[in-house]
Amino acid sequence: MAEHFTVAVVGSGPGGLSAAGRAAALGVSHVLFERTDHASDTIYKYQKGKYVMATPDILPLRSDCSFDAGIREDILGAWDNELESLKVNIRYNTEVTGITGERGNFVITVSGGEQVTAEYVIMAIGLQGNLRKIEVPGAAESDHIQYQLDDPDEYEAETIVVVGAGDAAIENAVALAKQNTVIIINRRDEFARAKQGNLSLITAAIDKGEVQCYYSSDPVAAAPGSITLRTPDGDAEIKCDRVIARLGAIPPRKFVEDCGIVFPSKNPAALPEVSSTYESNVPGLFIIGALGGYPLIKQAMNQGYEVVEFINGNTDLKPADEPLLEDKFKNLPDPNVERFLAKVQSSVPLFAQLNTLLLREMMLDSEIHTPKAGDTIFEREEFTNTFYTIVEGAVNIEVNPNDPNEVVTLGQGEFFGEMGLLAGRPRTATVKAKTACTLIETNRRTMIKLINSVAEVKQVIDQTAIVRQIQTYLAPEVSKEDLGGVVESATLNRYREGDPLFGEGEDGDSVHLIRRGSVTVSKRIGGRDIVLSYVPSGHYIGEMALLSDAPRSATVKAAINNTETIRIEGAAFKDLLNHAPDLRADLERRFRERLTANERFQQMPESGGIIEFLIQQGAGEATDVLLIDEGLCVRCDNCEKACAESHDGISRLDREAGPTFANVHVPTSCRHCEHPHCMADCPPDAIHRAENGEVFIDDTCIGCENCKNNCPYGVIQMSAKPPKKPGLLSWLLFGAGPGPGQDRTAKAEGQKKAVKCDMCKGIPGGAACVRACPTGAAIRVGPEDFMHLATMANR
Amino acid sequence: MHESILTYKRYLYLRLAVLVVLVAVVLYAVQDLVWRPVGPPNGGTWLGYGLGTLGALLILWLMWFGVRKRRYSNPKKLEDWLSAHIYLGLALIIVATLHTGFQFGWNVHTLAYTLMMLVILSGVFGLYAYIRYPTEMTQNRRGLTLRDMMLQIAELDAEMRDVAMSLGDETNQVVLKASQETRIGGGFWRQLSGVDPKCPTRAALQKVEALAEQDASGAQGMRRLLAMLTRKDELLQRARRDVQLKGLMDVWLYFHVPLTFGLIAALIAHVVSVFFYW
Repeated sequence: MAEHFTVAVVGSGPGGLSAAGRAAALGVSHVLFERTDHASDTIYKYQKGKYVMATPDILPLRSDCSFDAGIREDILGAWDNELESLKVNIRYNTEVTGITGERGNFVITVSGGEQVTAEYVIMAIGLQGNLRKIEVPGAAESDHIQYQLDDPDEYEAETIVVVGAGDAAIENAVALAKQNTVIIINRRDEFARAKQGNLSLITAAIDKGEVQCYYSSDPVAAAPGSITLRTPDGDAEIKCDRVIARLGAIPPRKFVEDCGIVFPSKNPAALPEVSSTYESNVPGLFIIGALGGYPLIKQAMNQGYEVVEFINGNTDLKPADEPLLEDKFKNLPDPNVERFLAKVQSSVPLFAQLNTLLLREMMLDSEIHTPKAGDTIFEREEFTNTFYTIVEGAVNIEVNPNDPNEVVTLGQGEFFGEMGLLAGRPRTATVKAKTACTLIETNRRTMIKLINSVAEVKQVIDQTAIVRQIQTYLAPEVSKEDLGGVVESATLNRYREGDPLFGEGEDGDSVHLIRRGSVTVSKRIGGRDIVLSYVPSGHYIGEMALLSDAPRSATVKAAINNTETIRIEGAAFKDLLNHAPDLRADLERRFRERLTANERFQQMPESGGIIEFLIQQGAGEATDVLLIDEGLCVRCDNCEKACAESHDGISRLDREAGPTFANVHVPTSCRHCEHPHCMADCPPDAIHRAENGEVFIDDTCIGCENCKNNCPYGVIQMSAKPPKKPGLLSWLLFGAGPGPGQDRTAKAEGQKKAVKCDMCKGIPGGAACVRACPTGAAIRVGPEDFMHLATMANR
Repeated sequence: MHESILTYKRYLYLRLAVLVVLVAVVLYAVQDLVWRPVGPPNGGTWLGYGLGTLGALLILWLMWFGVRKRRYSNPKKLEDWLSAHIYLGLALIIVATLHTGFQFGWNVHTLAYTLMMLVILSGVFGLYAYIRYPTEMTQNRRGLTLRDMMLQIAELDAEMRDVAMSLGDETNQVVLKASQETRIGGGFWRQLSGVDPKCPTRAALQKVEALAEQDASGAQGMRRLLAMLTRKDELLQRARRDVQLKGLMDVWLYFHVPLTFGLIAALIAHVVSVFFYW
């Protein structure tokens, strides 16, 4: 007679562990199967001492097992203790080979042929047990191919081929390159899947020759001591000591399907679908964790807890984030979470497509506001970048800076604030509540994640933004109806750095409105491309040729990656001019200005160099750059001292480092980019932009260095907090340190955190470096001022 | 957008300083008519006391710059203060001189006056240095920092030692000496002069030139060595010039500040002793 349990849990990862722990705590008869001789094999196989994150931070943990961000060893140790103290019935070295039956009478066969029966089965096997293999002739027989790397320092003086282009492959390749010859094989022509920080790591390593890379190449055969690739230039056999393939993990499809579970598609990466109680299509068989689509440790642990509660009959169990949402909604007239979420979904078309889990996640990162009629929501020129949706009520957008009575009204279900989000520039209008409203304010990171992951959201925002941007930047006085033709002909274009929008001599058949990034205008003079000017986002370009019906007089190129323009057809634009006298006048004026500026530049082409130089230094995406006029700088370093004194003794700027052109020096200091690279991948979301545009890091920094690696300008440093300066008397009489002239940073203790310029946010008088410069050499400039700098360089 | 300390706020403080000087000069010229003092102008007349008080207050205020400079939380621009410091400091020459009534002697009063003039003189040199040398420094550096130059020199040294290995003992020795004993900077005069008359690298360059003349063997190696030595010599000149310029911009402060404290001591003695004459 087979042993019988109420619940059988397959896999002792975070999810399975938590489920079995809950069952044990409730006194439910259970068994936990683990294939290896230790619990949680995936985390066990992490690199030694790896720091494990506990994201999403805001989500509370609901489990009988503990979990907090920390190093691998501590987490595993705690779990082992808890397995024991909770008296979890775990069976090591027991691999489940088959599951049959359904609710009430499952039969589970384990390695060795033994069988047990259970009423419910929780499958928590994750994906990492099933790493994707190289499937080419000879691969299975070659023992020099491995799919994991525990300690890169184990190998030296070997030739190692790393296959893959994801984060694991890159981290392995870069770590191995210290002592070995490393070749990385990427089947695509770029590293698109990797995190930004790893992308910069691998590109730098390839540029420096530390790692050799085969792009657009695939393994086609393997033999002991070698691997053969199909490259764009034909097949190549590479002799190597070792092949490390990091191709990710996929569901163990055959096993899962044999249990009766259906996959929604043939895609090998597809995951089975589960109900809101994590039940699969097989009644009584539940799937939690990565196999069910939730790869984060904390999510999996919560699911483990919840699934056992469901099985135990607790059907009223609310999701773990319920109290947080309740707290967020407590000021609403009707604070019921479910009803409010339903209302959001029914009244805001933008969020109609989101599933409940995504919506809840988004709400966790949002604020709910209930302004009264006339309350200001945000002001023009403010540098905030959150996104608002109107659940109830209406707001007025004051589109004309000179006339607050000229408003556009938005009502229930509409959204605003998307321009700041897309362009990374200050708010273009003041928004006030027209009636009492209920608004959702969503932060930048969540919104960007949503835009990137839900196609419908992106499409709706893009379309709306086009209309609004044309209206804001081109023709505020033209009604929506008259804009019709322009909007219809408008297309969205994306450019990489250096891509031309159009070239000198081409037909001028369109106008570009720059909505993100910036462009340079250049002309061929004396056989050389000379940059004549720089145009930041929010401006249009290309109108000269259109107005004069002449070919393009200059080449316009994107100054930075991800520059986006709205292209408007010439005919539609000319038609618009008839409705927009202000635009026509502005156009004529800009035409004359550009004409004279271009003439002047052609007389002194060397001025063009400064603009090109500043663009290279990141000015094209900056909102505020520190520049030093070396004609005035007496090298006293008072700027650095002032910076250090204003910020815990650590200077965030390095005056001497950084390039110089003519007299203009760009010190190593934050540019406060429109779309900050540092923000791209911050696990605790500790980097924000303040109202006046300052990009700053808050106290929640965990010291992961992602931002430091992501910053292309090297302005972020890792530093622990130095001790406070003692008062004069306690130093003089009691020897409290550090004293005058002593380096405070040398005594810094504690965890290193990321440190960067915050433009002296909150300090009266603004940036200390500029205030403390005795000769006025240090200045801060925004994109609108770059053109004036040409004169500074030529003094 | 951006202006030098001299033209700051359209010469606001120059105009203020000129005003102060003009008032002082006019009062000095007309004092006989106004106050009808007994005897020649000196510090003991009403105007003398007035100018003396003004001068002493100016000195204290000018000294406060050292404190203000370190008050990093002050929301105003330091440039404002420096511009005022320069022009009002210069105005002090006239104010204090008129205060003396052109009476000088071997006493503590003249000592205070002399120290004050020396402080101002060192400040004038500082101003000159601050205006002249920054641009020269940038031009001399040509985009490199001093550290970059040192790194390039170290690389050249390593390469030269390699090449010299195959070029005979004499060559080897001078190259070794050049790489081990060449110094940038050093003592006070060495830093400020910007040259090293006994520079081992320069000596090596001359020696290698001479050796190449005598002996045609290993000509290719010698040519490489010559090229590298010349490059290092050129880098050394620039590095020493950089140190010199930095030194010139810094050195005057070593006089300006201590002399100021000397001045304050003499000034206290001067003021206290004056009250004994009362």
